[in-house]
Amino acid sequence: MQLLIFYGFGFLALFAAISMIMSRQPVTSALLMILNMFCLAGLYAQLGAHLLAALQIMVYAGAIMVLVLFVIMFLNLREKAGIVSKHGVMTQAVGIAAFGFLITALVSKLDMGKLPAAKAPGADFGSVAAIGRALFTDYLLPFEITSVLLLAAIVGAVVLAKRKV
Amino acid sequence: MFDYTYLPSPNLLPSLVEMMLKIIFICTMNMAVFAPVLGWVERKQSALMQDRIGANRAEIFGFTVFGLLHVATDALKLLFKEDFIPRGADRPLHYLAPFIAVVPALVAFAVIPFGGKYMLWGHEANLVIADLNVGMLYIFAVASLSTYGAVIGGWASNNSWSLLGGLRVGAQMLSYEVAMGLTLVGVFMVYGSLQLTTIGMAQENFFHWGIFLQPLGFILFITCALAENKRTPFDIPEAESELIAGYFTEYSGLKFAMFWMSEFLEMVTISAVLVALFFGGWQIPFISHQGLIDAMGHLFGPNFGAIVAMLIHVVVFWVKVISWIVILMLIRWSLPRFRFDQVMRLGWKIVLPLALANIVVTGFILLAVR
Repeated sequence: MQLLIFYGFGFLALFAAISMIMSRQPVTSALLMILNMFCLAGLYAQLGAHLLAALQIMVYAGAIMVLVLFVIMFLNLREKAGIVSKHGVMTQAVGIAAFGFLITALVSKLDMGKLPAAKAPGADFGSVAAIGRALFTDYLLPFEITSVLLLAAIVGAVVLAKRKV
Repeated sequence: MFDYTYLPSPNLLPSLVEMMLKIIFICTMNMAVFAPVLGWVERKQSALMQDRIGANRAEIFGFTVFGLLHVATDALKLLFKEDFIPRGADRPLHYLAPFIAVVPALVAFAVIPFGGKYMLWGHEANLVIADLNVGMLYIFAVASLSTYGAVIGGWASNNSWSLLGGLRVGAQMLSYEVAMGLTLVGVFMVYGSLQLTTIGMAQENFFHWGIFLQPLGFILFITCALAENKRTPFDIPEAESELIAGYFTEYSGLKFAMFWMSEFLEMVTISAVLVALFFGGWQIPFISHQGLIDAMGHLFGPNFGAIVAMLIHVVVFWVKVISWIVILMLIRWSLPRFRFDQVMRLGWKIVLPLALANIVVTGFILLAVR
C-alpha cells in the first residue's frame, strides 16, 4: 500500500515535471509545477515529515506559485506571446550531452552497497517541536544566515520599488 | 517503517469504522447540510435585515416550510442550466477550476476536532478525522491551495473582467495569507502546540479560551479570515459594480454552484477554526471534559455515558460553529465594500505589523509569567 502511494506520487511528480517543460502554455506550466510540488509534499508526508510537507505546500505550492501565476496573468502571457524560442541543433545537442553527463555522474556515484541501512525514525520525528529544536540548536548559524539573507532581499526589494515612485 | 501517528490504534477494525463514521459525518454536515442550507440562510437573513419577506414562494401542496424548499428548487435549476463555456476559453482549465475551489474547502475540515476523546468499549474514539501534529499548518496549506480555483477560473474564462477578478484574488490571498499565519502564532505560543486537539483540551478552563488569552489575535484573525473568504467587505475579486461577477463571470450551472458552495464551505471551516482556537472548541464553559463524561457515566453507565457526553460535546461544538456562521453572514449585510488599495493597505500596513507586535508582546508576557 505504501509502495503504491510512493510510486503514485513519484510518477505523478515526474510526469508533472516533464510536461511542465514540454508545455507551451505558461499557465499550464505553472499549474504542472504546482502539481509537482504537491506530489513532493505527499512524499514528505509519507516519510513522516509532516511539518515539511505542510510547509512545502504552504510556501512553494501556495505562496510562491501564486506569485508566479500572478505575474504570468498580469503580463497576460498566452501561447501566442512566443516565449518559446526555437532552439538550434547545436543547443539541443549540448543540452542532451549535458543531461547524459549528469545522469552518468549521478549513477556512477550511486553505490547501492554503500548506502547506510534504513533507520526507523524516532517517535517525534518530523514533528514541529523536533524541527524547531534542531533549527534553534544544531542549525542555528545556517538558520540565522538565511534570515539575514532574506532580510537583505526584502530591503533590496523595497529600495528597487521606491526608486520608481 | 513509516510512522503514521494519526492512525489511532493498532486495533484495526474499530479504528477503521471510527474513521469512516467521522469522514461520513463531516462530509454530510458540509455537503448536505451546510452548503445548501446556508444559501437559504443568506437569503432569509438579508430579507430580514432589509425589511423584506425573502424567499417564500416554492411550495409542495401549499407547504412552503419558511422558504426552505427554495434550496431544492435552486439545486434543480442549477442542475438543468446550460453549461456554457465561452469561445476562446481554455476548456480543460475552465473545467478544472471549480473542482480546485471546492476540494480544499472540503478537506480543510480534516484536522478540526468536533469533540474530545472518549473510551467506548475499550476503544478510544478521538473525534477528529486526522489528529496531525502540524494541525493548523495543514489548514493554512490547504487554504493556500484554494486560491487557485478562483485564479485559474479567472484566467481560463478568456474574459477581461474574469482575468481582473482572478488577479485581484491572487493579490488579496497572497497578502492576507502571510498575515493570517502570523496572527495565529500568538495562539500557538500560548498553548504551546499547533495540534487542534491539544489546543481544545487546553481550553477546558473557561478563562483559558483563546478569546481571553489572545484578544488582538482574534480580531486580526477574523479580519484575515474574512479577506481569505472573499466576502463583503473584502469581495473586491467579485465586485459586481466593477467586474460583473469577477472570476466566475463566465460560469453557469453546476460549475457556478461549485464556486458558490466553496465559499460557504470556507465559511463553515473558518467558523470551526474560530471555535476551535478561540471559543473552547467542544468544551462547555465551567464543565470539564472528563467531568461531563464521569457525570454521564454515573447516569447511563460507562459506555453509554461516554456516548451521551460525546453527543453533548458534538452538539455544543456545532451550536458554536453555527452561531459564528450567522455572525459572519451578518457582516455581509452590514458593511460596504472596501476599495482595492484599501484592502492592500489594511493587509500590509495595519494587520501585518499588529500581528508581529502581538507575537512580541505575547512572547514577553509568556516570559514574565513562566
